[in-house]
Amino acid sequence: MSTVRVLVGTRKGAFILTSDGKRERWDVDGPHFGGWEIYHMKGSPVDPNRLYASQSSGWFGQIIQRSSDGGKTWEQPGTKPGEPTTNPDGSPMGQSNKFVYDTSSATGKPLTTHQFYDGTQHPWEFKRVWHLEPSLTDPDTVYAGVEDAALFRTTDGAKNWQELSGLRGHGTGPKWQPGAGGMCLHTILLDPSNPERMFIAISAAGAFRTDDGGNTWRPINKGLQSQYIPDPNAEVGFCVHRLAMNRSRPNVLFMQLHWHVMRSDNSGDSWQKVSGNLPTDFGFPIEVHAHEPNTVYVVPIKSDSLHYPPDGKLRVYRSRTGGNEWEALTNGLPQRDCYVNVLRDAMAVDSLDSCGIYFGTSGGQVYASADAGDHWAPIVRDLPPVVSVEVQTLP
Amino acid sequence: MIRVVLPFHLRTLAGVDGEVKLEVNGAVTQRSILDALEARYPMLCGTIRDHVTQQRRAFVRFFACEEDVSHESPDAPLPEAVASGAEPFLVIGAIAGG
Repeated sequence: MSTVRVLVGTRKGAFILTSDGKRERWDVDGPHFGGWEIYHMKGSPVDPNRLYASQSSGWFGQIIQRSSDGGKTWEQPGTKPGEPTTNPDGSPMGQSNKFVYDTSSATGKPLTTHQFYDGTQHPWEFKRVWHLEPSLTDPDTVYAGVEDAALFRTTDGAKNWQELSGLRGHGTGPKWQPGAGGMCLHTILLDPSNPERMFIAISAAGAFRTDDGGNTWRPINKGLQSQYIPDPNAEVGFCVHRLAMNRSRPNVLFMQLHWHVMRSDNSGDSWQKVSGNLPTDFGFPIEVHAHEPNTVYVVPIKSDSLHYPPDGKLRVYRSRTGGNEWEALTNGLPQRDCYVNVLRDAMAVDSLDSCGIYFGTSGGQVYASADAGDHWAPIVRDLPPVVSVEVQTLP
Repeated sequence: MIRVVLPFHLRTLAGVDGEVKLEVNGAVTQRSILDALEARYPMLCGTIRDHVTQQRRAFVRFFACEEDVSHESPDAPLPEAVASGAEPFLVIGAIAGG
């Protein structure tokens, strides 16, 4: 029988939740990296026991952890104690937590400033890794979305990282600005049908696409609306909260914008609002059913000022029509006095025949549904605030 | 031998208990201690000072002989008691707020 492994990043460590395919009884392992913020953990689709984790601290900065045994043991790639710290040519050995923006003349861009909260220009400053996206074909290749927004890549299992500077250098960088959570690159979607194509999203700059493996990028924000951006044709400046796609239909994208749920049927070239009958279309996560590309999930949040569910009821909303028509999923979720939030990377699906869906809350609960959202139950109730949830379906 | 006291989270990263003892060549300064520390425990690179600028991270402080030396030059000699190993060099995670 298949196994499901749920990778949970929290404000105070990482947890790994494991169950068989019935998804009724769960083992909880953790905390790993206790006391550290774990913004994201994700496994390689090629080698599911190869996991990567972003570990960070306001005091001690960024750490990257790697596991080769499904999270039983971890290491910082390339930094074993007592081993030489330099190569024979004097260059440093692996520096898995070294994220340095590309300022080389070879890339042709100074890449110096973005717009700050007060409207002035501000230099890019690395703060943390928000999202790790392992390659679909190589367990040693991983993409990292960071704050201040940029995209990095490793091809040696996270020992060394290089910026894909064409993203920041394509021209609109000086107009990007931080959202309330910082100027983060939080979503990375790899197109399974086209290895040269990938989508990313930045808060608050917008969504971007590359069609040449990350060398060049263009904004894909046509049709997005924001009350804070009077120009209806603005190229960037949008507070995209998350993107999602179904692997079988990678040209169709769904987006949770700051306000509004959006859909694109042309790989982001244009977007239409599909908020429909949602009680509020503010929210953070958005996810697509593993086998039904028109089944989409969001968690409506009352507003950008309140950041909790409307009416104290925690409801996942599901559309089986690709948007516009939404139904509330409440069975097993608290329907009174609930004021938690669900962050953008804290929802994921498994790929079992009966698609499971999972999300974590700022109250430390991780909820699971083994029947596509019809019924929910908590796997755990009392973890630290959950930042991210990823799911692996193992044979 | 130079004695270095690390905060809890950095001891965990380095996989050490208690104080770290280091051989430091030449003058005993913040820089020479951190160079030796990072050479022995490369997983600490970037956690105490920036990879590129080598500047102390904002919420990390250095103490020697009960004095805060965080704002001293990284190349200034540390007190003889630290250089002789009589007193440790302390790396502290700053505490702010209530």
